[in-house]
Amino acid sequence: MKLELRGITKRFGALVANNNISLTVESGEIHALLGENGAGKSTLMNVLYGLYIAEEGEILLDDVVQKFAGPGDAMNAGIGMVHQHFMLVPVFTVAENVVLGHEQTTFGGRLDLSAARAKVREISDRFGFDIDPDALIEDLPVGVQQRVEIIKALSQDAKVLVFDEPTAVLTPQETDELMIIMRQLAESGTSIVFITHKLREVRAVADRITVIRLGTVVGEASPTATNAELASLMVGRAVELTVHKNAPELRGTALSVKNLTVIDARNQVVVNNVSFDVQAGEVLAIAGVQGNGQTELTEALIGLQHHVTGSIELDGKPLRGHSVRHILDSGVGFVPEDRTEDGLVADFSIAENLMLDRSSGAPFVKGGNLQLGFRAKFAAEKIHEFDIRSQGSDMEAGRLSGGNQQKVVLARELSRDLRLFVAAQPTRGLDVGSIEFVHTRIIETRDSGIPVIVVSTELDEVVALADRIAVMYRGEIVGIVPGTTPRATLGLMMAGEHAPATEAVL
Amino acid sequence: MSDLTASAAPAPAAPAAEPGRKDGSDRWTQTLRDITGGSAMISILAVVFALVVGAILIAFTNERVQETAGYFFSRPADLLQAVWDAVAGAYSALFQGSIYNFRSKNFLTAIRPLTETLTFATPLIAAGLGVGLAFRVGMFNIGGRGQMLIAAGAAGYVAFAVELPAGIHLIVAILAGLLGGAIWGGIVGLLKARTGAHEVIVTIMLNFVALYLIQFLLRTPGALQAPGSNNPKTPAMLPTAVFPDLFGPRYNLHAGFLTVIAATIFVWWLLSRSNLGFQFRAVGQNPNAARVAGINVKNVYMYAMAISGALVGLAGINQVLGTVTTGFGAGIDAGIGFDAITVALLGRSKPWGIFAAGILFGAFKAGGFAMQAAEGVPIDIVVVVQALIVLFIAAPPLVRAMFHLPTPGTTKKPKIRAVKSRKTNEVVAK
Repeated sequence: MKLELRGITKRFGALVANNNISLTVESGEIHALLGENGAGKSTLMNVLYGLYIAEEGEILLDDVVQKFAGPGDAMNAGIGMVHQHFMLVPVFTVAENVVLGHEQTTFGGRLDLSAARAKVREISDRFGFDIDPDALIEDLPVGVQQRVEIIKALSQDAKVLVFDEPTAVLTPQETDELMIIMRQLAESGTSIVFITHKLREVRAVADRITVIRLGTVVGEASPTATNAELASLMVGRAVELTVHKNAPELRGTALSVKNLTVIDARNQVVVNNVSFDVQAGEVLAIAGVQGNGQTELTEALIGLQHHVTGSIELDGKPLRGHSVRHILDSGVGFVPEDRTEDGLVADFSIAENLMLDRSSGAPFVKGGNLQLGFRAKFAAEKIHEFDIRSQGSDMEAGRLSGGNQQKVVLARELSRDLRLFVAAQPTRGLDVGSIEFVHTRIIETRDSGIPVIVVSTELDEVVALADRIAVMYRGEIVGIVPGTTPRATLGLMMAGEHAPATEAVL
Repeated sequence: MSDLTASAAPAPAAPAAEPGRKDGSDRWTQTLRDITGGSAMISILAVVFALVVGAILIAFTNERVQETAGYFFSRPADLLQAVWDAVAGAYSALFQGSIYNFRSKNFLTAIRPLTETLTFATPLIAAGLGVGLAFRVGMFNIGGRGQMLIAAGAAGYVAFAVELPAGIHLIVAILAGLLGGAIWGGIVGLLKARTGAHEVIVTIMLNFVALYLIQFLLRTPGALQAPGSNNPKTPAMLPTAVFPDLFGPRYNLHAGFLTVIAATIFVWWLLSRSNLGFQFRAVGQNPNAARVAGINVKNVYMYAMAISGALVGLAGINQVLGTVTTGFGAGIDAGIGFDAITVALLGRSKPWGIFAAGILFGAFKAGGFAMQAAEGVPIDIVVVVQALIVLFIAAPPLVRAMFHLPTPGTTKKPKIRAVKSRKTNEVVAK
């Protein structure tokens, strides 16, 4: 089915989220919609899906003008959406989720689940998904849950499938598998709109690319365009994808972790006998496929894990077994993996979020009283220093874009007197411009003589930032290698193969 | 989340930030946040609409209206007149019984209803502040009854059994009551922090524990029971421990109202100016982020419940040292612990909002009696109006739809909870 958007304009008050956007997706085509966070991609797709009503413009399917009053109309017209955050009921089975909202019933109002199972099997077989219709959603890995979303859309005879940032939650392998699925779908005649801000994926799978910036189409590109060309279209200026940094100026061991073992709430050993040192003035990147113990390792460093053995020493002082408060006060800066969940209070203002981990003493608190004047001044300074795009320090953090939210977290953590800086997935879900900003800040922190640990599942990021790389696999450190180690070697190590002889001796 | 001003002037980043936003806290907390997080406009509309529905009920139950409805088609004006008389009569009686009595020639008697309203409002505001404070920290304090009873018992015992100089006696009695309420609330916080027990269940159970404990003490000579009596009732409070009347014996309003004003100011300071309140609000909005930021979430639960219990306890203190000074029984809480939930909801869990909501409910109580006496309208109508207010507040989408208010946030909420892609951190770790 051919999808055409003509002159879509969507305003929110004074803000124009989509300005006269036109887009054509041919039948069987994968059309990538590329843009920074906040560029208006999701708004456009919500217009397409009937969640928003556009002020101007029209939507055409096979050259017929459509009027969508809600997602129901869009679905009936053949538009399916795979959301970034899955819309599945965790305690239902695959089959139950797929028929949810369109349940077929047999005599007496009983659910016809066998028909649902057959449908799931049929679609699953057609694309080689290998999904058990009776599996519970909560037991399935994230990548498989996404396939259930795809099946759900296809079971409604979707001819146009919209993937909204589908790879944000996937591991590299799952991402590759998704690419193959998207290709198969396109070959079977489905039109695909692929929303993303990851250049590599766009070039790997898209037939055509439309770049959106600040609510306007700024250009079309073919998949043969270079990363640099696409990136400069997205942010409106040339972006360096690699970080400029000098050789590290090592100033002696600062953090020393020995025989660290973490047992999680389910009694599983998630970090197994891990030892490493970090020197002041270097970046140690912890690489690995997600779920191999990196999250728990950083949580153990910051005091968030409860069953930890081994030793963690910062500048000779033990950290293990102390409260989060004590560890933060010892000079550990921490950027959590999930900023909306663990890093920010969405309903708090930017200023309040900037003092979140300093709510127990000077300079933000005197005699139990909040120092509002100081806080406002501090917030104004940080907003300027970190280029936080907002309507002022009283704006709620939840209304900022992802990149600006991360800047708030960074501003908060970097403005304390640090002895160690730990950043977990610091650029996940961020646009190119924000990634560059975050990376520059991390290297500046390193150059000021602070030991830095960066946990990342993105190999590009690891290679760009690291002076040394520790690769984790199943809770263990497979090896610690120099930052110059070739990607192929790192890839093997991420799959659990032991490090080659080039063990780093920094 | 559901703040009207947020959608009135969206930020440049708002549409992009909204869809990606997720809340990891359980649905219970989210609902709580939705219900308490609305704007003052919702509260006002809920009151107005509840009064309108109340008017309909008054009209329906009025005999004259029923009579004229029989010949509606021959003389429709009669029915309309009857409806108007019934509703206007009832509501003007409500007003005269609660604010200002026009029929009285003397200003000092005419203003008496207002002081009655404030007297009724005093414990409602105190307990409402306690419940509202717990709301702000993300907890439901349903234990108002128990906390009031324990506080009343402690304050009452000091007031009738201990002899102290005037002034000091009152202060000691108040402190004893506050301590009692704080302990009864603090137990809940302690259990929640240490064992992860849900505060709703614990507070409800502690209501029964407190009730039977007080009943037992009221039947135990030497404890709360009045000497030489077989009734489950305490002796009268000593005059040195009783709140003095604010405007002389002509009015019932006592100095307890001043303690409630002070409590309102205290809660306002606590929540918006103190660092403890900052931590309370952080835990209430996002306990995960609070924990990562080094805030001791367990301690916050304990402190918050203790302070909440003390505030609710202040309601019990006011009952025994101000309103019923001749000795009390196990019914001294008078359902205020539960009315306080409504007051806190109507006041949006904001100190001055609760203050206003408490006075409104005090007016309903004071005026309800006058309405029944003057117009024969059953006092139950007032209870129905109060219940409708809760209903309309707890269903903001309904109110919004009725008045065509914009939905907060610009996206429609998904009906189905999104599958969380990462394991949820237990806030209260085992």
